[in-house]
Amino acid sequence: MPVKLKWGLLDALVVVFAIVPVLWIVSLSFKTTATLTDGNFIPREWTLDNYRTIFQTDQFVRALVNSIGIALISTLIAVVLGTMAAYAISRLDFPGKGLLVGVSLLIAMFPQVSLVSPLFNIERQTGLFDTWPGLILPYITFALPLAIYTLSAFFKQIPWDLEKAAKMDGATQGEAFRRVIAPLAAPGVFTTAILVFIFCWNDFLFAISLTSTEQSRTVPVALSFFTGASQFEDPTGAISAAAVVITIPIILFVLFFQKRIVAGLTSGAVKG
Amino acid sequence: MADIVLDKVTKSYPDGTIAVHGIDLEIADGEFIILVGPSGCGKSTTLNMIAGLEDITTGELRIGGERVNDKAPKDRDIAMVFQSYALYPNMTVRDNMGFPLKLAKLPKAEIDKKVGEAAKVLELTDYLDRKPANLSGGQRQRVAMGRAIVRNPKAFLMDEPLSNLDAKLRVQMRTQVSRLQKQLGTTTVYVTHDQTEAMTLGDRVVVMRAGHIQQVGDPQTLYDKPVNLFVAGFIGSPSMNFLPATVFPGGLHTPIGDLPIPVKDNAPKDLVLGIRPEHFEDARLVEEALRPRGFEFTLPVDLVESMGSDKYVYFTVEGGKSDLASADLADLAADAGGADLPDQSGLVTRLSAESRVREGADARIWLNLDKIHLFDPSDGRNLTLD
Ligand SMILES: Nc1ncnc2c1ncn2[C@@H]1O[C@H](COP(=O)(O)OP(=O)(O)O)[C@@H](O)[C@H]1O
Ligand SMILES: [Mg+2]
Repeated sequence: MPVKLKWGLLDALVVVFAIVPVLWIVSLSFKTTATLTDGNFIPREWTLDNYRTIFQTDQFVRALVNSIGIALISTLIAVVLGTMAAYAISRLDFPGKGLLVGVSLLIAMFPQVSLVSPLFNIERQTGLFDTWPGLILPYITFALPLAIYTLSAFFKQIPWDLEKAAKMDGATQGEAFRRVIAPLAAPGVFTTAILVFIFCWNDFLFAISLTSTEQSRTVPVALSFFTGASQFEDPTGAISAAAVVITIPIILFVLFFQKRIVAGLTSGAVKG
Repeated sequence: MADIVLDKVTKSYPDGTIAVHGIDLEIADGEFIILVGPSGCGKSTTLNMIAGLEDITTGELRIGGERVNDKAPKDRDIAMVFQSYALYPNMTVRDNMGFPLKLAKLPKAEIDKKVGEAAKVLELTDYLDRKPANLSGGQRQRVAMGRAIVRNPKAFLMDEPLSNLDAKLRVQMRTQVSRLQKQLGTTTVYVTHDQTEAMTLGDRVVVMRAGHIQQVGDPQTLYDKPVNLFVAGFIGSPSMNFLPATVFPGGLHTPIGDLPIPVKDNAPKDLVLGIRPEHFEDARLVEEALRPRGFEFTLPVDLVESMGSDKYVYFTVEGGKSDLASADLADLAADAGGADLPDQSGLVTRLSAESRVREGADARIWLNLDKIHLFDPSDGRNLTLD
């Protein structure tokens, strides 16, 4: 029993540690400008003004659209490419496999900040600067290694005898993949999608360097440009409200996919 | 249903391993044939080539008279049972068994009917709506069999289908597999590394070693007339005893005494003598008429195992082991992993249950000279055939 208690306390500590700052921001977002700095955890005067403000500014709504669009497209492409690459890596023995894995690891380790200036110049020259593709491309680059790694770990858990069995049962290579492998790989694909989406959604570095207008500015960047309702107003409340709003899509995204992540989906496939 | 012919089939893997060396094999329609051999001898590779899961490097494979080298597995109309069962974990037993029929685009009603029939034969009716994860090992094995039999294929291929079951279940399933095959009359190629399974199941047994076929024959022939040292040692449990023997005018000099038997002139001077355990007997129990056909010797008894029906009696022979050097014996020893390897310094004998031999005491043992085998240690050839 004491062991259980210890673990329980530890868990509680971690949860508190993680959630207090979030709750603090939520609390700030409901406070009026006057009471912002009163130090109370629970607002004395509740207000929805901050939320009204951010949705009245074009800036924020536009940035939200950009963020959702860019993150979804990047996620989709990275997951599709990553699935194919990971399938090949875990399934086939082809020349240069080690190299491919190594290079993708290298990309993941590459300090992103060192790429910002060259990317800025390249995108200015090619006309990608301050466009959606201008952000989607680097996001895919950095999300792919992540996708390949998580996905190949999942693919490796799927017994390949299943694919052979499907072929013997009369399936083509395509059918074997679609009807047998894909359903089993789904949890891995969804997990990867969540990770990639969060990566793209949260990026600030590329977003601030490779955009200049509302046309492709994402929410994290837009937040930093926030000024509040008038130029002289303290924007803390509005920023907090915006921060709360932008965590909602992530929560929805995770909840939506989590239902599909059934652990131990492959159990019972092989042996006794 | 169809016959399967392998015509000089060779498989070399991309890494240069030659797993199968030009094997010739004709499997008749409806036959139950067993591929047996130690691990790594190329059994699975051969089976996978028949299945179409591995390309054939050279040679030709014909099923029902038609060359199928370049046909995809799905176009060969063959079903396979995997060692790992390879059940689809996300599907129920019903869907697992119905999967081949669904792929063949059969109408739903017919699929249900066929799955129902197969489930009845395999006693799986109560489990049709369960997922594989909620089945016991034996049930999973039966689902794997069910998936193979539902669609009435030209042939069954089975790769060590019982090796993941515990010993008791394995014996039960062995009988069931055998009965099923007789009932369906479908050509079956069955891979195993267990010689007991091979002997009890097959119409014919193919003994393989390092990518070569050693001998093909019905179980009794393999047992009575092994073509070489390897087959002799591999088939039979407990395995054949091997002792070094040297030719001298008038007979054979061996660690258990000088055997008065004629040896062919062209035989090498040093030989390997092979005797199966049941060809020994307690000398006191041998009928008078038989006595002159054998040879008697005395050795101290190491161990007696009484099986009820008979007794296994173990002896140690002085000067047995070191003189025996043969590639065949080395392979056998490697396969047995040292456990019940054909122990060259020991003798395993099977005596009648009435025998009164006791551990520690000397025993007088009779050996049937009509049943001994002599092998050439250089190539393992059996010199006593024909
Ligand atoms: N994909 C492969 N690539 C290279 N060598 C292989 C491959 N599969 C099997 N082998 C080799 O081929 C030989 C025969 O293997 P296998 O047919 O699986 O043996 P068995 O089923 O009789 O145990 C072994 O030496 C094995 O190492
Ligand atoms: Mg094998």
